[in-house]
Amino acid sequence: MNKKLLSAPFLFWSGLFIIVPLLMVFYYGLTDKTGAFTFENIAAISSPEHLKALWEAVKLSVLSTIICLILAYPLAMILCKSGSNKTSFMVLIFILPMWMNFLLRTFAWLTLLEKTGVINTLLKLVGLPTLNIINTPGAIVLGMVYNFLPFMVLPIYNVLIKIDKNVINAARDLGANPFQTFMKITLPLSVPGIISGITMVFVPALTTFIISTILGGSKILLIGNVIEQEFTQTGNWHLGSGLSIVLMMFIIFNMVISAVTDKDGEAQAL
Amino acid sequence: MKKMRKLIGALLCGIVATALFTGCGSKGGENGVVYVYNWGEYIDPETIEMFEKETGIKVEYEEYETNEIMYPKVAAGTSNYDLLCPSDYMITKLMENDMLAELNYDNIPNAKANIGAQYFEQAAAFDPGNKYCVPYCWGTVGILYNKTMVDGPITSWDVLWDEKYKDNILMQDSVRDAFMVALKRNGYSMNSLNTAELEQAKNDLIAQKPLVQAYVVDQVRDKMIAGEAAIGVIYSGEAIYTQRENADLEYIVPEEGSNVWIDGWVIPKNAENKENAEKFINFMCRPDIALMNFDYITYSTPNDAARALIEDEEIRNSEIAFPDLSKYNNMEVFIYLGEDGDELYNNLWKEVKSN
Amino acid sequence: MIKTTAQKIYVALIFIFLYAPIFTLMVLSFNASKTRSKWGGFTIKWYKQLFQNEEIMEALWNTLLIAFLSALIATIIGTITCLAFNYLKKSNRAILLGMANIPMLNAEIVTGISLMLLFISLGIKFGFMTILLAHITFNIPYVILSVLPRMKQLNPSTYEAALDLGCNQWQAFFKVTFPDLLPGILSGFLMAFTMSLDDFVITHFTKGPGIDTLSTKIYTEVKKGIKPEMYSLSTIIFVAVLVLLLLVNYTPKDKKNK
Repeated sequence: MNKKLLSAPFLFWSGLFIIVPLLMVFYYGLTDKTGAFTFENIAAISSPEHLKALWEAVKLSVLSTIICLILAYPLAMILCKSGSNKTSFMVLIFILPMWMNFLLRTFAWLTLLEKTGVINTLLKLVGLPTLNIINTPGAIVLGMVYNFLPFMVLPIYNVLIKIDKNVINAARDLGANPFQTFMKITLPLSVPGIISGITMVFVPALTTFIISTILGGSKILLIGNVIEQEFTQTGNWHLGSGLSIVLMMFIIFNMVISAVTDKDGEAQAL
Repeated sequence: MKKMRKLIGALLCGIVATALFTGCGSKGGENGVVYVYNWGEYIDPETIEMFEKETGIKVEYEEYETNEIMYPKVAAGTSNYDLLCPSDYMITKLMENDMLAELNYDNIPNAKANIGAQYFEQAAAFDPGNKYCVPYCWGTVGILYNKTMVDGPITSWDVLWDEKYKDNILMQDSVRDAFMVALKRNGYSMNSLNTAELEQAKNDLIAQKPLVQAYVVDQVRDKMIAGEAAIGVIYSGEAIYTQRENADLEYIVPEEGSNVWIDGWVIPKNAENKENAEKFINFMCRPDIALMNFDYITYSTPNDAARALIEDEEIRNSEIAFPDLSKYNNMEVFIYLGEDGDELYNNLWKEVKSN
Repeated sequence: MIKTTAQKIYVALIFIFLYAPIFTLMVLSFNASKTRSKWGGFTIKWYKQLFQNEEIMEALWNTLLIAFLSALIATIIGTITCLAFNYLKKSNRAILLGMANIPMLNAEIVTGISLMLLFISLGIKFGFMTILLAHITFNIPYVILSVLPRMKQLNPSTYEAALDLGCNQWQAFFKVTFPDLLPGILSGFLMAFTMSLDDFVITHFTKGPGIDTLSTKIYTEVKKGIKPEMYSLSTIIFVAVLVLLLLVNYTPKDKKNK
């Protein structure tokens, strides 16, 4: 009895700082300025400019999630194969960039990609045509992949490292070629890691407003930018909350999928 | 396990070391604090230090990018700023929402003594009786261009729609300024509430979007200096600074007319350190301090006494730093358009940005 | 052979991708010119000026203090929650885990906004306290998720054995349970510390006047042009962490194990 009470501080804390605030978002989202109940703020997502911002965000975040997955999977496999002692260090190397402030790192890409930036200066020096990627959706995708790649590598790595080598050896002994082994053993066993990685990349990419501001030159409005502006500039909290509720629907959808596929929470990253 | 312990030990050492270095982040001066919320790069940091030393008041200084970002923060009422520096129309908005405290000019003797009467007169347009606001800077909005990157001198807003400069144009990322450009170009008032005019302006801005390299505010300055873009919409105050850094840059006010603005110090009603804020205003109105700020930010100062102190005659009589407004046509001041007007502009701007 | 070479090249390419911006920042910290597009010669003046720049130093101090306090408090709350976990009914466990998952899986912007709305309606003045509360909130789940696996592996009989052998509950906890959980607790603490250190979005919505963390400071500077001192500070932090990791990974004791 006594022991159960130990969970009380957490329940109290989460109640006050997680549940109540979310209820407040719902309250604001479902009322107008006079306090009357309305669905207008949620329905506002169907207006062309909001729909466009949402679509743009979904498009770019799905694209960067896919790229992250394609880059991260082979990487995780290579990391797994190399010796155990070296591995922990290699993994740390991939987390290390996270200690440099994320805004600065993103900003550094601006310096690299600008018209008069480092990459273009180098290209000009060797007489190659210059790269014109800054302030385009491409730059935003690059920023997303760059920032969230570790979140894809780590969960996949965590699952791969746990796969029993004997299972793979058994498959090989039974005559499967490396490709078959991969398709029938490694890949299915790593699904929880992939799902977890997808969640961890997709959600922050979908909701970001920083990356699009810094690397997109404020030319591309993502749903995160719209919400941020409703709160910090136009001051329409009701609309901002309504759009946040829509955003949460996506996230809940994502949570359900990952909960169904990863029941044991095995792939919890990091 | 051991590694972890070591790591955390080292972490703690690091924190202690920084604590020693930073002097434990001492808060509050002997004579209290003043929370100042000002535009980005809008003051010489040295003047703040001087103020702190002279008065023993600690300045907690924070910056915003646009009037629109400043307002909700102050309106939320949870952040007690003591001093703001908004533009004309935003001051009206603050006044109409009963968010400003009347100034006590007895505590700000330097204001009336040093600031030109004509500027107080100008400010009276949005602050009748000069009860709330002491002018800090003023200027126009125009086009900054790189002479080496454009053909011939620029005279009109039209150049911002010229296909030739695709990807070489920097627009202001602020709703009123962006619409000002589009409205003025068509010969309309920049305070228009006419839906047809605004619709046209919106469509123009959408048509312009593919040509725009980026929507920025304070970054126009660095990008123009670096030669990232050929043309940028910018406040007149940045012109002298940018020319100092890159001699190829030229500033003009387009012939269709533009915006004349005044930014002034105001004290919000919920300020907890009103007297300190007034001391700060008074300090900023001192001629030598106003001169330091002018040298640093190069925005036109309404402080006549400070202007008289400028040694470089060329700058003292510079047409860019101190323009003679009677020479320009169709100059206007932004007017606060009410909540509905704000919403109208915001929605149109969102359509532009999301397109 | 070809295969491993290809693998090495692949890892190297990713490595370059991850470190190119960091390398750029390091180079910029030695650039004498203030504009980032020009190389004005080598200098270390930004490093000297960094330590005289009160604003940056104060932001650094705030960042570290908030990270440390929020990680510490989150670790305490998170750990005692995990202690209760084994005694809870299955359905309650699910609720608890669900709650812990919300801030982890929810969008940062929504968490930030929701906390902002809460603090406004409670009438709390925005400042150090609101940032700290927000950081503790999003840090607790990281602690729970790194302590819980340890908790599940725990053998309850050792604790009971300690009780039988005459320890009181506290002694039994600190002598038996706690040492077993310690690795999880420490990694949870580190995780929370890192998360707090790198957070921008939630701080952006919960901060008040006169207080800046490095993230919010950098955000304002990104908009108006970054001061080179910031580059030198991040270079110092980065090198310090790198050295720390190298030391931890390659201490003489570890070599024996090899």
